[in-house]
Amino acid sequence: MRDNQNTLVKLNEAGFRVNNKWLVRGVSLQVEKGKIVTLIGPNGSGKSTTAKIALGIYKKIDGSVERSTDKIGYVPQKISIDWTLPLRVNDFMVLTESISNDLIDEALSLTGVIHLKDKNLGDLSGGEFQRVLLARAISKKPELLVLDEPVQGVDFTGEIALYELIKKISDELNCGILLISHDLHTVMSATDHVVCLNGHVCCSGSPMDVAKNNEYKALFGEQASQILSRYEHKHDHIHTSEGEIKKN
Amino acid sequence: MLDDFFIRALIAGVGVAIVTGPLGCFVIWRRLSYFGDTLSHSALLGVTLAYSMEFNIAFSVFIISSLIALTLIQLQKRTNLPGDALLGLLAHSSLAVGLVVIGFLSFIRFDIMGLLFGDILAVTVDDLLIIWIGGALILLVLKLIWKPLFASTVNYELAEAEGLNPDRAKAIFTILMAAIIAISIKMVGLLLITGMLIIPAAMARNISSSPQKMVIYSIIGGLLSVILGLFSSLEFNTASGPSIIAASLFLFILSLLNIKQSIKLKN
Repeated sequence: MRDNQNTLVKLNEAGFRVNNKWLVRGVSLQVEKGKIVTLIGPNGSGKSTTAKIALGIYKKIDGSVERSTDKIGYVPQKISIDWTLPLRVNDFMVLTESISNDLIDEALSLTGVIHLKDKNLGDLSGGEFQRVLLARAISKKPELLVLDEPVQGVDFTGEIALYELIKKISDELNCGILLISHDLHTVMSATDHVVCLNGHVCCSGSPMDVAKNNEYKALFGEQASQILSRYEHKHDHIHTSEGEIKKN
Repeated sequence: MLDDFFIRALIAGVGVAIVTGPLGCFVIWRRLSYFGDTLSHSALLGVTLAYSMEFNIAFSVFIISSLIALTLIQLQKRTNLPGDALLGLLAHSSLAVGLVVIGFLSFIRFDIMGLLFGDILAVTVDDLLIIWIGGALILLVLKLIWKPLFASTVNYELAEAEGLNPDRAKAIFTILMAAIIAISIKMVGLLLITGMLIIPAAMARNISSSPQKMVIYSIIGGLLSVILGLFSSLEFNTASGPSIIAASLFLFILSLLNIKQSIKLKN
């Protein structure tokens, strides 16, 4: 991979372990301005871990991570908010950075939840909350967006609209996006670079390259390589403790 | 005017309430009430050391409470004991050691009741200075760390990911907790300081819809508790600490009555 001044975050052979068990290891990737890099892989393959390494949430890592920006917007996969806090959507929008009311309104309108601005965060549905999370991340016009399954729980039409929005944001703000998604259809149509994870990098490259890759086929099944086909995960191999792949 | 002990007590109480208001909100949000208890129990040791070394009480309590807080953080990292067990261990052992030290200091006459439950008669002009200057410093620092502290209270990973350094904010907040205990010990006494922190904030939670409102109501609740408590303490000749806390409990009960109305308003 080329290293240039457009690189926002770069992982070099990065890995993270808890109690001597590797969650993910040997990941190298970089996100550049205006590009969307997508992480795919089965449950437990280290996608969220990789995102947290990139964000610097996990600090005791193997390898290295270089970030050249601190204007970061993050949508975590799981968020537990303590309802002992009286927190409205409006308060949540300015959580990590004070932004103008106009920017708040703009972002909430883009994700279709402007009408919830004065609602208590605890009163939102899962999908509504997800839209608020995305609005918060984009409202401060970040240079790097890290989106960990940003449309989970969002209704079907909303899902497509939000993915289009993410693509649009990437173009308009010229920001880099590190996306984690299960929806291969969307991944393949909007992504510049795909990294397929399964505890390590199985394969990576342009969506077309990855779709043709044998390891990818092994991981996701033959059907998934036909880009438009419905995503169906077949875990047809196991990882041994040495990190080798064995067919079932 | 400052010659009058009651005026001094009022000024001291107002100063304490303005600071415990916002800090108390964080104690509730971050679930730190037992942490507050542990720090205030350890304050007894600070007081006895102050007496034995003829040192300023507030300063000595601040040092000891900070040390206990740092010890707690280290123990959490190095042992497999649960947090509440560690809190209990530190609270009771520091209280016990404090009482043992008192036993050795038989040449000094201690007002144990005043120490445990507060004594408005004991508030001096020097204490007022410590409360108001110390209180202003606490609020200033809290304002500086507000954003990272609040963001990490809502969600640690969001704050960390977006570059707010929540660990540093947490460490500073711990020091602020030790500081508020040090400056309010004479007013409310070490057994009841946590009450002064959490009861007005709990009252505020019942009636507020945003974090800013909760902080403001918490300060107002604290001020009312101090004024009500001190006047009744004078009237009925009761210890100042329990009177203030009882007044705040009264306000808390009133706020419960208000909940039904606010639910009606919502719908």
